[in-house]
Amino acid sequence: MRETLLEVSDLRVHFPVRGQGLFARPRPLRAVDGVSFTVHAGETLGIVGESGSGKSTIARAILRLNTPTGGRVVWLGTDIARLSEHALRPLRRDLQIIFQDPLASLDPRMTVGDIVAEPLTVAEPELTREARRERVAAMLDLVGLSPQMVNRYPHEFSGGQCQRIGIARAMVVRPRLVLCDEAVSSLDVSIQAQIINLLKRLQREMGLSLIFISHDLSVVRHISDRILVLYLGRVMELGPAERVIGLAHHPYTAALISAVPVPDPAVERGRPRLLLEGEIPSPLDPPSGCVFRTRCPKAQARCAAEVPALVPRGTDEAHLAACHFPNI
Amino acid sequence: MTPSTPRPADPAPVLAIEDLRIRFVTRDGAVRAVNGLSLSVGRGETLGIVGESGSGKSQTFLAAMGLLARNARVEGSIRFEGREMIGAGPRALNAVRGKRMTMIFQDPMTSLTPHMRIGRQLTEVLEHHEGLSREAARARAVEMLELARIPDARARLASYPHEFSGGMRQRVMIALALLTNPALVIADEPTTALDVTVQAQILALLARMTASGETSVILISHDLGVIAGLCDRVVVMYAGEVMEEGPAEALFANPQHPYTRGLLRSVPRLDRAGGDLVPIAGQPPDLEALPPGCPFAPRCPHVFDRCHTEHPALRPAAAVPSWRKACHLDGFETPPQREGA
Amino acid sequence: MSTLETPGGGRGRLIEEAARVRGRSLWDDARARLLANKAALSSLIVLGIIAILALFAPLLSPYGYDEVMFDRITIPPDFSRAHWFGTDGLGRDLFVRTLHGARVSLAVGVVATLVSLVIGVAYGATAGFIGGRVDELMMRVVDVLYALPFIFFVIILVVIFGKNFILLFVAIGAVEWLTMARIVRGQTISLKEREFIEAARASGVGTFAIIRTHILPNLLGPVVVYVTLTIPQVILAESFLSFLGLGIQEPLTSWGVLISEGAINMETAPWMLAFPAAFMAITLFCFNFIGDGLRDAIDPKTR
Repeated sequence: MRETLLEVSDLRVHFPVRGQGLFARPRPLRAVDGVSFTVHAGETLGIVGESGSGKSTIARAILRLNTPTGGRVVWLGTDIARLSEHALRPLRRDLQIIFQDPLASLDPRMTVGDIVAEPLTVAEPELTREARRERVAAMLDLVGLSPQMVNRYPHEFSGGQCQRIGIARAMVVRPRLVLCDEAVSSLDVSIQAQIINLLKRLQREMGLSLIFISHDLSVVRHISDRILVLYLGRVMELGPAERVIGLAHHPYTAALISAVPVPDPAVERGRPRLLLEGEIPSPLDPPSGCVFRTRCPKAQARCAAEVPALVPRGTDEAHLAACHFPNI
Repeated sequence: MTPSTPRPADPAPVLAIEDLRIRFVTRDGAVRAVNGLSLSVGRGETLGIVGESGSGKSQTFLAAMGLLARNARVEGSIRFEGREMIGAGPRALNAVRGKRMTMIFQDPMTSLTPHMRIGRQLTEVLEHHEGLSREAARARAVEMLELARIPDARARLASYPHEFSGGMRQRVMIALALLTNPALVIADEPTTALDVTVQAQILALLARMTASGETSVILISHDLGVIAGLCDRVVVMYAGEVMEEGPAEALFANPQHPYTRGLLRSVPRLDRAGGDLVPIAGQPPDLEALPPGCPFAPRCPHVFDRCHTEHPALRPAAAVPSWRKACHLDGFETPPQREGA
Repeated sequence: MSTLETPGGGRGRLIEEAARVRGRSLWDDARARLLANKAALSSLIVLGIIAILALFAPLLSPYGYDEVMFDRITIPPDFSRAHWFGTDGLGRDLFVRTLHGARVSLAVGVVATLVSLVIGVAYGATAGFIGGRVDELMMRVVDVLYALPFIFFVIILVVIFGKNFILLFVAIGAVEWLTMARIVRGQTISLKEREFIEAARASGVGTFAIIRTHILPNLLGPVVVYVTLTIPQVILAESFLSFLGLGIQEPLTSWGVLISEGAINMETAPWMLAFPAAFMAITLFCFNFIGDGLRDAIDPKTR
């Protein structure tokens, strides 16, 4: 087994939500509720889920952009969920993030050179101006932008180019794990493919690990070694990408796969559809037992009473599902 | 999803667009959003419009509805059921839109009035356009909501739009769009804001509710999968022009334009493992400075001299007469395949 | 990994070239749009002329602003004796006094606005960035001050401290910074949620550095607009106080004082009202046009 970089166990992120009425107590919104997974060196873990599944909250909790309510986030042996901001700072260079909206994640008043240099000034303050400029230029070159662009401003670039700048900013400090939070979701199809290929190339050249968070199962399958399926803040299924897609144990994963349209009429029209009823319940008031049971075609009495554990259900020890009645 | 067979070309198309040009005049210059676009939609047909941002796919149909921004300059012709829509006055437009030609938007909140009950919004259309009595309109509204599979439809008439979830709201929107039995429904990215499991529900609903063949559907989407599931015929747009159009199944299986081919190679497919994506190089078109020749030439892997100087016209792309492309290239040397597949 | 290591000589040349390629910053864009706005551009020119006149007024005319000439009381504009705007009830030259008043009015406008700017930005940015209870408390203080009637407030100050030039700045500044603080707080809160701030936090940039490098530069746009719209308000407030006799005292003068005197003699000597009033009206118009122009130029989407 390769080196384990990150180990998230029983992560919980609850947000207090003011209740209705004058004296109502704040109620917890369970955005992430008991999520566990590991990330190994050099691998890509895909996290897929619909809106409200808590996938972005996980990324923000790992980076401590919001504070976990409970659980552990162990980075190379250190639990960073409880570390002070000051103690955390030296670790930050190892963990970087790429955001969904390329333009919004770049300060409109800063030049591209300054944007890419910013993490470098924090991580390696000893660098001379000259050395920093060299590093920034080399990084821009690596993401496919001309180093001549350093004095330009974000609004002078297209969405795809802005995302390249965002990638350069994340990669310039040579991190070990990069979280991609819907990093290609707002891009056009043709540009999306450019960015996916760029991420794959950088991962290979720099030996990075990626956590690739997306609602798009096709993209997640394409880029990931392992896939984690999230629903209402809980893990439904976790396993090697090909097994999760090919042999989905969990009824939710199966429904998700069948709902994703395939760009080929000959295939698309012949596919069986498992139409799920209804929509995701509110995380303020999640169903008892298995959170998916209200929409699950296989739900039985046990599903309401007992929370299913995330355990191997098939032949592969690495393929886990949280379901009382899995498809095996 | 119901597989539908392509219908024979109707002699009188529901919507016929001829040489449409739309420019937006801004302080910083003119943005050429649509550049000599022609297409038509037959009766009962489901036409898919595929394009990335800046392809002009939404602007084209906003023009048909007379809903373009004020700084738009429109030339050409858009005929709906034989009537010219460009330059038509507000009265002529209002007689058509919301009745014979309706629209479903990406965000239903933009087209549902926030402070009016759903029931009133539905019955108002019926009373105004169809002259129904209040009771008859109410009955018909309930019937439509039930067809759209909205649970407890009668009670929900009293709800306001914000009391519905995103998926339910889009169901209301579909019910509203089909209320008057229109000749044409334009669905502009109807499921883009929804989750995939809800998207599947909504697409199935749209297919079922327009299956009678009386209503033509234009489905605008950036998602090739959504188009593939629903459409009889597909138009691929780039920089405000048609690059390729043809029967859905054949076009997806064997695209004739380098852009269509590039798009299909750019998207990962859930039903296929591995392989590398082959992106289209370069950046989206700059609508303020389009090249004189083919707009796709700067990004095209098959580009040759003629592409830079001469604008390609739509011409037959294959033996099927309805399959056309705007490309100087006669054919690809290698059969279409996914690299590494 | 090789591409990340020290680059070859080719890149060094590229970087040098890059230094010469200048990007178009949002400010460059805004300047171009502002200069293309005819109303704003002519306002800028007119305002510039008034400012230059006010600065060099004493050099243009043979008379001093407090020079009393009892043989020339209330004469209408007379070019032969270089009384271009006529004289007032004490025989003082109105041209010189009007431009002298311009000095005082503009100075009060600019200084009081700067005071409100400093207090407002510091207060608003702090409340907005810290948020939570601190923000609640700080903004309640602003609400309370807002609720005080302005004139009542000034009269109390005058009663306690007596008539005083400094008092004018205090009174006006104390009121004007409230709106600035609210605007800055709102902008800061919306900026704080933006992804580029999160990106900076994720890279380990400290709080103070985030405020300095990301928040303040992005606040500048709306603040500049509001400053240009505050200056005319302050000028108006000063003239209002002077009109009531609570502001500038003789022989010093301002547009407010002159208009007040002119209003008394409106029927017998209309020029005493017409010239100062015209100057003030034009100045206010100019500031408002420039403010509108700046708003369109800095954020063209909000039109």
